[in-house]
Amino acid sequence: MSTAAAGHHDHDDHGPAKGWTRWLYTTNHKDIGTLYLLFSLVMFFIGGGMALIIRAELFQPGLQLVDPLFFNSMTTMHALVMIFGVVMPAFVGLANWMIPMMIGGPDMALPRLNNWSFWIMPFAFLLLLSTLFMEGGGPAGGWTLYAPLSLQGGDSFAFVIFSIHFMGISSVMGSINIVATIFNMRAPGMTLMQMPLFVWTWLITAYLLIAVIPVLAGAVTMLLTDRFFGTSFFNAAGGGDPVMYQHIFWFFGHPEVYILILPAFGIISSIIPTFARKPLFGYASMVYATGSIAFLSFIVWAHHMFTVGMPLAGEMFFMFATMMISVPTGVKVFNWIATMWRGSMTFETPMLFAIGFLVMFTIGGLSGLMLAITPADIQYHDTYFVVAHFHYVLVPGAIYSIMAATYYWLPKWTGNMYDEKWGKIHFWVSTVFLNVLFFPMHFVGLAGMPRRIPDYSLQFADWNAVASIGAFGFGFSQLIFVYVIFKCIKGGEKATSEVWEGADGLEWTVPSPAPYHTFEKPPAQFS
Amino acid sequence: MSSPSSYYIPHEAKWPIVGSIALFTFFAGFASLLNGGSWYLMAVGAAILVYMMVGWFGEVIAESENGTYSAQVDVSFRMAMMWFIFSEVMFFGAFFGALFYARTFSGPWLSGIGEGGASATNAVLWSGFDYVWPTNGPQKVGGSYEPMSWLGLPLINTALLLTSGVTCTIAHHAIKHGDRAKMVKFLLATCVLGFLFVGLQILEYWEAYAHLNLKMTTGIYGSTFFLLTGFHGFHVCMGAIILLIVMFRGTRKHFSATNHFAFEAAAWYWHFVDVVWLGLFIFVYIL
Repeated sequence: MSTAAAGHHDHDDHGPAKGWTRWLYTTNHKDIGTLYLLFSLVMFFIGGGMALIIRAELFQPGLQLVDPLFFNSMTTMHALVMIFGVVMPAFVGLANWMIPMMIGGPDMALPRLNNWSFWIMPFAFLLLLSTLFMEGGGPAGGWTLYAPLSLQGGDSFAFVIFSIHFMGISSVMGSINIVATIFNMRAPGMTLMQMPLFVWTWLITAYLLIAVIPVLAGAVTMLLTDRFFGTSFFNAAGGGDPVMYQHIFWFFGHPEVYILILPAFGIISSIIPTFARKPLFGYASMVYATGSIAFLSFIVWAHHMFTVGMPLAGEMFFMFATMMISVPTGVKVFNWIATMWRGSMTFETPMLFAIGFLVMFTIGGLSGLMLAITPADIQYHDTYFVVAHFHYVLVPGAIYSIMAATYYWLPKWTGNMYDEKWGKIHFWVSTVFLNVLFFPMHFVGLAGMPRRIPDYSLQFADWNAVASIGAFGFGFSQLIFVYVIFKCIKGGEKATSEVWEGADGLEWTVPSPAPYHTFEKPPAQFS
Repeated sequence: MSSPSSYYIPHEAKWPIVGSIALFTFFAGFASLLNGGSWYLMAVGAAILVYMMVGWFGEVIAESENGTYSAQVDVSFRMAMMWFIFSEVMFFGAFFGALFYARTFSGPWLSGIGEGGASATNAVLWSGFDYVWPTNGPQKVGGSYEPMSWLGLPLINTALLLTSGVTCTIAHHAIKHGDRAKMVKFLLATCVLGFLFVGLQILEYWEAYAHLNLKMTTGIYGSTFFLLTGFHGFHVCMGAIILLIVMFRGTRKHFSATNHFAFEAAAWYWHFVDVVWLGLFIFVYIL
């Protein structure tokens, strides 16, 4: 290396920069990871607040609290915030913190780009959330922005479209960075098949993002030109087709679903072996299963559209392709169970969340299988059964994995053990209320209650009241999560480097808290 | 994979936040413009964006010329450019997808061809509509028009762009042998061809609007025609500007036989733009 580089390198040995601008200008993967995670936590409460408005309105039949347009914009914004503002940034934050340490690299491959990927997010969400205060209110046509309904919005429409472009720029840059990091920054000698599964699942997720986010950008660009520039993409009178929007959107949308869950699979595959004190069962099959799920995600999109009118051959193809996904997913679930089989298991908070994930994500997976059956879906479509299904895969699925990861790696990040008692209370209270909240949605859904409507028939009243009680219980119990996190940041029992007795991986070889710069010299054990 | 003894990590990136402010201003300004506001805010955003790009790229170029980067950084840059281009391919894929969908499915369905409700839809809603591509739909949105012929300007443009691919490759071979002067010469030729392409494209649009009554509002044909060729034209502009900057860097004695990532990134981008054009020429103009 040249002298200039050596000069830079000396500079590397310093800790973080002083003052608040440290966070604005940082190129450090740990700082940026922290920013992403805190951003996601804030958005979790904003999106959660919207969910509580929805559940408050649905506590009783009839219209009592909010007007229907605002209710619709709450369901729309709740989804956009939770998907793009909570789950995705949280996974990117975990990737930032953990991938460089897991592969023995010094940082992300493109640190400045990394800073930009994060610092787009607050601005993009400012753009999105500002629409709630505009003439005509926020977007109210559902997060999928189906044409022609979404084209009828007020002033908010163009802002929503651009906020999606804006977030998309962040996602694509972040994913490119992750791909480059994994391929180019691994410790010398570390092969792909030696990477922890979290790294593998993120590698595949990053490819999904690079492939489908631009398609979403294209779809919403067509919406924009249809509304403002007189094009006819989704207008049958001009030879276009509103259903075409749904095809393009779900070509993005279904891989997006796996973007929201594959990193979770990686997290669970890290945590279960640690607390079962056994290596992960079937590592290679886990990698191939992840790849298969990613591939299949590109050829199942129209199962979101069984009722819009498709040729019979299309319905059949998408039904069978969708069902095929349960094969690699089943491989994963059985591998996790086999990992626990005859292990010396202990049940610290991360393990509780991981087992909670395993049980409840599988419930969501099985209701997904029911929805995949075309003739059955024609009955279930647009009912609360669908709402129950995707909340079971997203809340005890994606969100639980993020919470499990937080408890699992928090001692590594802060150097302190979190409060185990309150962590366990958080798990149990959340789990009880979560099922009170989402399980009844199966019943009202099967009975025919439509989604996205602020009012409902009287026969659905009891279970809706129960679900609303669960919602407020679940929402407020998340304050325990915040309490445990901040208590752990402030202090507590000092964590060892290894933190967990059965933990395996490079991140556990560095001290806790992890120094500002790790692996400036690559670790030697792989070469 | 490279095996460095130590790594290069940049510090204190000040340009990203400028970029975020720029994009925020640009998007908010564009949205207000579409809602009937003025264009000032959008222009300010665009100006900050240009300022950010000049500043950020300038910093990276200076670092590169000082020899700050290791071979490993070079690999990261290459991967980033490769996957960025892939994401662009997917962006165009959405619009090609719309074109294929409209031609294969919506058109025939609207005219009653196909199983299920197609014949009823035609009879009830669009009775008498016969589908032939190009179409502006059963309601003839945008009025009668003439489609753009592939002979004439598009054919000349194809020749221009393909030739520019060749000159670009000659420039690449030149710099690989360390011949900077030849690289600059052939890059100049590439840029001239590129801008000529853009000029002819503008002429073609003018002709479409003035003589053929072919507009963005001309049903699905006009929509796909202008969005596909428009986004492509925009990419040609970007690519030509990038090549122009690479050329000016060449005149300032940047690049060597071994260190010319920026050139290669620009060249990859140029070839990508070229390939997209071939797709357009075949599926939008000829077929």
